[in-house]
Parts: sequence; C-alpha cells; structure tokens
Amino acid sequence: MSETVAPASAAPAPASAGPPSVIRVGLSRAAFETRMFFREKDAVIFTFSFPIVLLVIFGSIFKAELEGTGLNVSQLYVAGLIGSAAMTGFQNLGIGIAGDRDDGTLKRLAGTPMPPAAYFVGKALNTLLVSAVQVAILLAIGVAMFELELPSALSDWLTFAWVFVLGVLGSSLLGIAVSSLPRSAKSASAVIAMPFVVLQFISGVFIPISQLPEWVTRVASFFPLKWMCQGFRSVFLGDGGATLELAKSYELDRVALILGAWVVGGLVLCLTTFRWKGRRDG
Amino acid sequence: MTTTAVRVRGLAKRYGDVQAVGGIDLDISPGEVFAILGPNGAGKSTTVEILEGYRKRDAGEVSVLGVDPGRPTREWRSRVGVVLQTANDMTEATVRETVRHFAGYYPDAEDPDAVIEQVGLTEKAGKRVRELSGGQRRRVDVALGVIGRPELLFLDEPTTGFDPEARRRFWDLIQGLAHRGTTIVLTTHYLDEAEALADRVAVIAKGRIVAEGEPATLGGRATAKATVRWAGGSLETDTPTRAVRELSERFDGEVPELTVTRPSLEDVYLGLIGD
Repeated sequence: MSETVAPASAAPAPASAGPPSVIRVGLSRAAFETRMFFREKDAVIFTFSFPIVLLVIFGSIFKAELEGTGLNVSQLYVAGLIGSAAMTGFQNLGIGIAGDRDDGTLKRLAGTPMPPAAYFVGKALNTLLVSAVQVAILLAIGVAMFELELPSALSDWLTFAWVFVLGVLGSSLLGIAVSSLPRSAKSASAVIAMPFVVLQFISGVFIPISQLPEWVTRVASFFPLKWMCQGFRSVFLGDGGATLELAKSYELDRVALILGAWVVGGLVLCLTTFRWKGRRDG
Repeated sequence: MTTTAVRVRGLAKRYGDVQAVGGIDLDISPGEVFAILGPNGAGKSTTVEILEGYRKRDAGEVSVLGVDPGRPTREWRSRVGVVLQTANDMTEATVRETVRHFAGYYPDAEDPDAVIEQVGLTEKAGKRVRELSGGQRRRVDVALGVIGRPELLFLDEPTTGFDPEARRRFWDLIQGLAHRGTTIVLTTHYLDEAEALADRVAVIAKGRIVAEGEPATLGGRATAKATVRWAGGSLETDTPTRAVRELSERFDGEVPELTVTRPSLEDVYLGLIGD
C-alpha cells in the first residue's frame, strides 16, 4: 500500500512466521541510528571537524623533518589521528549509550522482542561508518596539505583494513563497557572524555612515542590506541619510519595479538557488566 | 491453557530494609481493563515492573500470559506491550519512522500507518518526535506499545501532566483498545481515570492490596451512608429517599440546593490508604 522503508519488509510475513532474525533487526537498528546521528547537525559537525582541526593545527605547527627518515612530523600526526579517529567509537558509544540508558531508550527496547545483540550490531555498524568517514577525510587532508603518500601495495591496504576493523571493534566494545560507569548522561562526557584524551597523549597521537618516558609507553601498551597508531604508521610511513619505533620495527604480529585480545576481552567485559537500566531505576 | 491473563500469588520484593511488596495476590482476566491505584512508594511500580519482566521478585508465583516474567523470552515479549512512565528518547526520528522501525521487531506487526491513525497522529506522522506536545508523545508511546498486536498492554501512569481535554481524548484511545479485546493493566494517580476506564481496580498501600473490586462498589461505596445536603442543613442516612421525601414535605415542594451523594472513589481511596 504505502512505500516501505526497510527493504526486508517488502514481502509481508505470514502470521505464523517466526521472529525477525538478529541480522535483520541489527541492520534496521544501524539504519535507524545512523539516520538519527546525521540529524543532530551540531554533533555531526563537531564529530567530523575535531580530528581535522587537530590535524591542521598540529601539522602546521610542527613541520620539522624526522632525522634520517625522509619523513616529517606532520605525516606522523596523520597516522596518529587516524588511530584516534578509529577510536572514536570509544567516546561516541561511551557517551551515547549512557545517554540511551538515561533517556529511556534502553528500557524501552528491553520491553520489546528486539534481540539485545541487534542493539550492539546497530551500534557497531554505525561506529564503523562514522569512523570510516572520519578516516577518509583525514586521508584527503593529509594528501592535500601534508605530503602524505597513500601506499600503493595491496598488502599495506590489507594491513590498514585489519588494523581499522579490529581497532574500531575493540575500542567500541571498550566504549560500551565504560558506558556503565557514568552515573547519568550529564556526567558521561566528562567521565569518558578524560581517559580518551589521556590515552591520546600517552599512545603517540600528539607526541611521538619515541619522546615519551618509558613508563608512560609501558602503560599505553595495555590499551589498544598505541597499537592502532603503530599499525597505521606502518601503512602510511613505510619502512623509513620503522627506525622511529621503540622496537625499531612495527611489530605487526603484536599489534594483531593485542587488538584481537581487546576485541575478545571487550566482548566479555560488555556481556558481564552491561546494564539495561539506569542507576536510578534500581 | 490459561484462563487468566495475569495470575499472582504471594508476590514479595524487598529493597534492603524496605519491604516494597509484601505478599500480593492478583487475578486479571483476558480482555479486562484493570487499574492499580496507590500512593507513590506503595509498591505499585515495583509490582508492575515485576509483571513486565523488568525486575526480579524475591518470592511468590507470577504468571503473565502463561509465562513467568522472571524469565522473559522473545516470543513472550512480542505478546506483551509496555508503555513506560517517562521517555525522552528518539527525539530526532519522525513518528512514522519510529513506528515502522519498531514494527520490524515483531513477527506479526500491525500496519504502521493504521496504528498511527488509531492513535490519532496521522497529521503528525512526518513530524519529528521532539516537535510533539507531551500528549502527542504519549500517543507515540502507545503506538509503539501496540504495534506488535499485544494480547496484554501495560500502561504506567499514561496521562500524568495532561490537560483535561487531552486526558479525555487519551481515554477514548484506551477504550478503543479495550473494545478490541486487548487486556490492559493500568497504573494511575487519577481516580477519575480509573473510574472511567477500569473494569476493576486494586488499591495498593504499603506493599499490600487493601481493596479490590469494581470502581462503583469499591470499599463498600455503593452501600455506604448517603449524605443529603440542602440550604441550611445536612444529614447522613441509610434511607436517603425517605429523607428527601420528608424534606420535600417540609419545604412544601422544591428543596433549595438539594444534593444526595455517596462517598466518591476519592473519599474511599483516601480512607483506604490512610492509617
């Protein structure tokens, strides 16, 4: 009769049909969340402009060449800020889910037959999309303004793909887990922003990792951001930049191991600590 | 085969030192509109949230549509509609998008446009939820509660903050649902609302049911002493008709400012929840 929004609903289900699949509801959640995200114009503008502004500022202030590598500091920032962009999920989900818990979204959903996994599928797909757009913008600016060279080898792009996907998933799961910490949506941005900024400073996003004290890098090694940045440096700085790493190599096997461990650990953390209710709901 | 929509025996729930619910029995029949009344903190919300599958109980037997809500399943969730007290979510989506999206959760959802029509929001279907008035928002909540064709609908204080006209129109909506055979469990602070909508009411105070029955007869309302008032006097009597006849003779015709009243539901209610 009327036009349909979800393609899956084209054929009307018979009355005896089973419940809609997790994948179908998850995709529907992703579409719904993404549409709502892009309608909050102020949030959209700031989400996408923040890493760009940082890149332009840092890239313009620090132009020195890195000794014996043929690279300059601004290229280092591009790789670091791509790591940061891939970790946006931590902040977006940490604050966003705290908001969903506070404004009644989670409680409403818990009262429907929506499978809980579909909610997380929706959040994860939405985060992958937002992060991918951020990274694309950063790459474009890096190439246009800061002499960033995109790799030509397929193997580099494969590395980029797995670092990106593992990084986004691991930090999203971590974001879902920390969303239970703030007492309310009002306090969420303060509670979540602090660890994110600290992580960026100790993980080599703003300050080259070789200039950080050893204990700081040791702390950073426990968290995914350091390894994500390292993986992205391997893609965009190439062999010439490997001498800048602490281990004099990009240690891609360790990057994979630790990001993979975060995905598994983050999943366990989410499943064991996730609250569908706000603290005031008891 | 279940013959009751909701069956509760000896329900109890404690928070720390506070016994929120202290042994409640309830039977609600299919197709019935059942109102739960009670002051804040009486255990009303706790009871309903246990029935809705949101809270665990400490003790007692509970069956909602033949299922223990302490172990809710997806299949059960699709047979139960829940309209919560307050919600400020999904402000950026339009009414139609929201109702269509929720329809996708259910195995046999109703046509979204038909439900939007039913709750009287057809003209607002393209509006974002944030642009709606409080009463219109509650209509969206009801639309989301009934989109899956529930057999049982929970409404938690649905008209709090409404102006009198919006409340009347909301009552029409609920009566329409009841006529279609949906069992409705309603909590409310408004006694006129319970009287207008409910087939039966239960009054909860201090975690227990202190009275249960039809609104017209609750707490012996129908048989309580009537009060006869007129200009210059009043009396309480079991035989108001005789009192009026005597007054009529005394005034030789019309009795000025004559009224005959029995206790209102509110009088009964306040008597029940008081100490």
